[in-house]
Amino acid sequence: MLSVITPLMRIVEIPMLALQRLLGINRLAWVFLFPNLVLFGLFAFLPVILNMVYATTGGDNVLLADRPYVGARNFGFLTDCANFLDPNSCREDKFWRAVWNTTWFVTLQVGIMVGFSLLTAIILNRDIRARGFFRSVFFFPVLLSPVVVALIWKWILQREGVLNAFLDWAGIGGYNWLVDAQWAFAWSVFLSVWAHMGFYTLILLAGLQAIPRDVYEAATMDRASPWRVFRRITLPLLMPTMLVVLVLALIKGVQTFDEVYAFTGGGPGTATTFIIQYIYEEGFAGAPRLFGLAAAASLLVALVLVVLTLVQLWVNRKNVDG
Amino acid sequence: MTHLKLLGTTALVVGLAAPAMAQEIRFMCYSDGNECEVYDDVLTRFEADNPGVDVVVDVVPYQAILENLPVQLAAGTGPDLAKVTDLGGLNEYYLDLAPYVDAGYWEDSFGGTLDWYRGGPDRQGIYGMHSQLTITGAFVNATLFEQAGVEIPGSDATWEDWAAASRAVAEATGTPFPMAIDRSGHRVAGPAISYGAALFDADGEAILVDDGFTAFVQQFVDWHNDGTIARDVWAGQGGATYQDAAQEFINGELVFYYSGSWQVGRMDEQVGDFFDWQVVGSPCGPSGACSGMPGGAGLVGFEQTEHPELVAAVIDFLAQEDIYAEVTARTRNLPGHLGVAAAGVEFEGASPAAAAALAAFASDLPDVAPAAFAYQGYAGNRAMFGITVERISQAIVGELTVAEAMERASSDLAAAMAEQ
Repeated sequence: MLSVITPLMRIVEIPMLALQRLLGINRLAWVFLFPNLVLFGLFAFLPVILNMVYATTGGDNVLLADRPYVGARNFGFLTDCANFLDPNSCREDKFWRAVWNTTWFVTLQVGIMVGFSLLTAIILNRDIRARGFFRSVFFFPVLLSPVVVALIWKWILQREGVLNAFLDWAGIGGYNWLVDAQWAFAWSVFLSVWAHMGFYTLILLAGLQAIPRDVYEAATMDRASPWRVFRRITLPLLMPTMLVVLVLALIKGVQTFDEVYAFTGGGPGTATTFIIQYIYEEGFAGAPRLFGLAAAASLLVALVLVVLTLVQLWVNRKNVDG
Repeated sequence: MTHLKLLGTTALVVGLAAPAMAQEIRFMCYSDGNECEVYDDVLTRFEADNPGVDVVVDVVPYQAILENLPVQLAAGTGPDLAKVTDLGGLNEYYLDLAPYVDAGYWEDSFGGTLDWYRGGPDRQGIYGMHSQLTITGAFVNATLFEQAGVEIPGSDATWEDWAAASRAVAEATGTPFPMAIDRSGHRVAGPAISYGAALFDADGEAILVDDGFTAFVQQFVDWHNDGTIARDVWAGQGGATYQDAAQEFINGELVFYYSGSWQVGRMDEQVGDFFDWQVVGSPCGPSGACSGMPGGAGLVGFEQTEHPELVAAVIDFLAQEDIYAEVTARTRNLPGHLGVAAAGVEFEGASPAAAAALAAFASDLPDVAPAAFAYQGYAGNRAMFGITVERISQAIVGELTVAEAMERASSDLAAAMAEQ
């Protein structure tokens, strides 16, 4: 076997040695990195650069050559507000409605989801009957396509849906949930929590199982109450995992689009229009197609996501460093 | 050696024959009913008459025509021809058929609809064949009127008359919704014109909002608030997404449904003998007009095609009176071809109700206001339709007052026109 491999290795070795002599050992690393850099450049860096270029152009043409340079005009349009808290005072009121909807959505969704995920993880970490079954049940929605999730809940919540049929049967009377702005928003939060909770439950469950058993045994011997055990042992030792979950959920929350778009279409009015839907509609669904404005808005979102990612990296590093 | 010779000869034959064989063109088509199926069938005759020509009909969802086709055309990767509804908006990509067809025949046959494809007065070529003429109008559930003992309003009835009658019927019969109008800027344009909306100023520039338009929007919002109009349609969606109320009408949950002639086939098939329905056209408004909106779809070729003559030949084939009449009869659409319309169409397989409905829509065409014709042919009408839907929806759900919504609609239009 070796007699076959050795000559083959020599075939590779000869040009490599030549390259090493030509470039030097330090520069040779670039040769190995080159294929990866090309792919990464094409599919990651180039789109980012194109996005930046589009953000500084106007018109409704797709081809960059046909688009006039407008500098920071699109950013100016997006940030032209008398009062950032009142979308009606902004030139791009739909953008600011989407920003505030996203902020409220992320705050509620992440808070509720992390809370419920923690509760579920703690329950599933106990020695209960059919534990494996329940773990699967909570994780199952994560496997569903966002559109499927949206359609399931739409069928349940629409005027002639399952929930209203049940309420009618119970004599309570149905309600047009998805036509009411507050209810549509609340159900969007619920749907999102339902769809993603299983993923975060799984991470927290792994975090819980990593806590050494002997710490709990010592607390039991000291007759610590369950609440004290949770507050003084479980929560502090789970905090690094919790922080990772929190940052991941925040990033995912800001990116929310597909499931809510399929669920409510962003309505009623703009009640459930989030920032990614705003970008999609300005750039691709509306007329004229405002690629420049959409690109500028997506860069602002990217900026928020970069900050959140840096927070995650900082948290991770802090955990590793102890 | 023999094998080499054989290979060489085959390559030579294939090479020589290839230019004659490679006449494939792609037709991007969407169907409201069975249009693509009928085109595919009819075009087999064209292919038989033109050996070596292959017209591939790619059936796509309507959304692909609205969203993907413009991007493909801008990127230079579009099909050779397509069935489109943004008639003037895509004009910059159209192939001028005039050099390849008998322009006199086309002018005589398609008249004013040719303007809809020109995208403005600067272009005078022949860019598209209006394959299905549509007009907006109302469907009513005649059985519910009969059950309620309410007389169906006459042909000169106003929107207010219809609202009152529909409310009375809904109340008497326990029907959930008196009225509904499709969630579409195109659909509310006719009623708005009947309320006095001019849509364009004296110079022909788009304005959208004026006193007439605002008066209609105020009435429309009020009807949503007092339960006359089903909230599900306009408040159940976001953005400028299209939503119809055909299913509610078919389910017998709706008394008066304002949509258009393209729904006739669906009503005919799905309502069956569940209840009696009829088309009552477009009600009148305070301005005295009783206008619907014309519209429809047409076939266009694209300048970027490698086979302009062939594309023009295919469209010209479908524009010939006998073929056009056959397609119209089989697809049960109103004809945009003046000769076919004048001769009358025997709609294939249409029930008496459907035939009467199509005749009622056709009889409404003379009432269409000039502003409605101009709006349909205006290149920026898609932007105006989108703005209408978004801002009216916000007024309906209470995010904006009607005055604020109209102010926003005006500034949105100015911004959109600046970008086009």
